[in-house]
Amino acid sequence: MRERMAGVSHWWNAKSRPAQWGYMVPVVLFLLALPVLNPPIITTEPYTDFPISLFNAAVFALIAIGLNVVIGQAGLLDLGYVGFFAIGAYTAALLSSPDSELGVRYPWLVIVPIAMVVTMVSGVILGTPTLRLRGDYLAIVTLGFGEIVRLLADNVDPLRGNRGFQNIARPGGDFPDGTPIFSQTDALGFYWLAVMIIVIVLLFMGNLERSRVGRAWIAVREDEDAAELSGVPTYRFKIWAFAIGAAVGGLSGTLFAAQVGYVNNQRFDITTSTLYLAAVVLGGQGNKVGVILGAFLVSYIPDRFQFEPTYRFLIFGVALIVLMIFRPQGLLGMRQHLLANGRQAYQKLFGAGAAVAPSGLTPSSKARGDLPETVPDDHAGTSPRGGGE
Amino acid sequence: MSEPSSTDTSLDTPPSEEGLLESLEHMDAAERAEHDAAVSASVAPERDFSVAKGETLLAVDGLTVRFGGLTALDDVSFDVRRGEILGLIGPNGAGKTTCFNIMTGVYRPTSGDILLEGRSLARMKRYKIIQTGVARTFQNIRLFGAMTALENVVVGTDARHRTSVPGALLRLPRHRREEREAVEKAMALLEFVGIADRAADKATALPYGYQRRLEIARALATEPKLLCLDEPAAGFSASEKDALSELILKIRDDGYTVVIVEHDMRVVLGVTDRLVVLDFGRKIADGIPDEVRRDPAVVAAYLGGDLDEESAP
Ligand SMILES: Nc1ncnc2c1ncn2[C@@H]1O[C@H](COP(=O)(O)OP(=O)(O)OP(=O)(O)O)[C@@H](O)[C@H]1O
Ligand SMILES: [Mg+2]
Repeated sequence: MRERMAGVSHWWNAKSRPAQWGYMVPVVLFLLALPVLNPPIITTEPYTDFPISLFNAAVFALIAIGLNVVIGQAGLLDLGYVGFFAIGAYTAALLSSPDSELGVRYPWLVIVPIAMVVTMVSGVILGTPTLRLRGDYLAIVTLGFGEIVRLLADNVDPLRGNRGFQNIARPGGDFPDGTPIFSQTDALGFYWLAVMIIVIVLLFMGNLERSRVGRAWIAVREDEDAAELSGVPTYRFKIWAFAIGAAVGGLSGTLFAAQVGYVNNQRFDITTSTLYLAAVVLGGQGNKVGVILGAFLVSYIPDRFQFEPTYRFLIFGVALIVLMIFRPQGLLGMRQHLLANGRQAYQKLFGAGAAVAPSGLTPSSKARGDLPETVPDDHAGTSPRGGGE
Repeated sequence: MSEPSSTDTSLDTPPSEEGLLESLEHMDAAERAEHDAAVSASVAPERDFSVAKGETLLAVDGLTVRFGGLTALDDVSFDVRRGEILGLIGPNGAGKTTCFNIMTGVYRPTSGDILLEGRSLARMKRYKIIQTGVARTFQNIRLFGAMTALENVVVGTDARHRTSVPGALLRLPRHRREEREAVEKAMALLEFVGIADRAADKATALPYGYQRRLEIARALATEPKLLCLDEPAAGFSASEKDALSELILKIRDDGYTVVIVEHDMRVVLGVTDRLVVLDFGRKIADGIPDEVRRDPAVVAAYLGGDLDEESAP
């Protein structure tokens, strides 16, 4: 089985990037056709409307892709990611719902870039003080951030708490038969939109990964001190990871708000953040396809088997524990391509058809020996303990 | 189910080593020389120095570093001249690595200063210090384990890159040009340090000697004016040490200035132009190797014997 998977990935890696996208076309077409085919066994009906279930899974996948930048690539444990999703959803609500005190009704296409900028800025604001911290501290502060966003939604009057916002803008357009493409009752159009957005986001993420940006992220994840001492402006690239992750989170928030048409304070709690994290860890952090798979499973399985909501977490908990024992790197292991023209480079080196960079999860190096366990923080401008001051 | 750790690195077919090696073997002498010259040329960067060869490149000026009650460096001053290989030696705990840590901004000096071409590094951000022109390797190897050898070196070249995040997102022309050049330069560097045959392997999968050389390649990729090597020969066999000495001389001949911390005296005496000796954080000698070896204070610090070439393991 393992050899088989290796064979597949080898075959896949030997293809040029355009060829890989060529192979993706039928896969994407199949995914687009899935709700129409509504295949027995796979379908979530009669429990849950299949297009809606697929749409929710797609939004979940988009969230996982964004969170993967922060956790999987830059290695920053962000436990408050739901905050960005919420900010995106509330931005859409405030800018288009008649319940909003702003009194504007922007179309969805205008809302999307605004929401992405707003979440990006909030990512930078959250990151600027906190990304000087490392490890556990960062996790705690981001956890706090998620809670703050939720509490604001609960308690700030213009955000309407439990009452929420109705009639949030959705994209326009009709099918030939006159029914709207994007509606609350039929999620088909929204699902298609979500899949297209995922494809575009993946394309951009691939560009980032195969650049100095992706390399800086992986370097920070592997050994932050060594990265900085190899000339990587680590702090700046960590903020970029937060900002880009946040923007994708905001985008998924607007998508979700538009489909449901309604936003209130009910959906943005810590358990939701935990599910996002579970999707990334389950699928394989640092692997874009992996986290999509993880998100799909986390979102789809409860819809398909319709078990009690309370059991939902129990089952995922057990599944995660089992996974961590047998496959700690997630369903698909970490995998990255960090050079824009790496394929050509390796082929020139080792001849056509030779393997491209083998990939896989390696335990990240820890601080050791000649460098202090934690290098005192540059940005704080400290001098050695006890010295100077 | 399979045990997790062994999953991937070994999975994909290991790249055949034939391509590059064979093409090198099949070159005739003239082609070979041309090839080597090309590698050398792309390894030696064009840099603007404000000091001439033989003048002071790096000035360590009255450097004192205290960790609580412990004085790791005590009023240490010395110069590194452009184009030389300076050996920084001393018994364990003398403060050699601490000196490197100050030079690269890991610690800030309690007092004193370090100046590269007259610019103070003491308060500069770490990545800025690298961009200003100091690069280092680590006493304990610190590579990016999940990256290939080639990718590790390309991270070093990124220190000189100017592509912005939007530029990378949209694959703008500068990004594409820098990527192309970076891979070529990184390949040349891997060849220069002699590990190009494993360019596509994960850093953690490389043999120990390769990892040490990879660290040197990554440091060189940042185009430093000054290269600091912290015990590069540690754990090497005699023949590996000779090869390393050769490499260090080659690096100097390519226009780099090198500071080397090393315990192995054969390596030290084989490559260095001058020596600075530290003991308990104090500088006890400074001069050409032959004089320093006979310096009574140095001999005492090493409890005799140790400084002899023959006694080196
Ligand atoms: N972060 C730190 N906190 C406290 N003491 C430190 C710290 N770093 C180094 N020291 C101490 O400073 C002294 C000098 O250490 P350093 O690592 O510079 O020695 P070295 O010359 O590199 O020795 P070696 O040859 O063993 O590598 C040692 O006594 C060490 O214990
Ligand atoms: Mg040391």
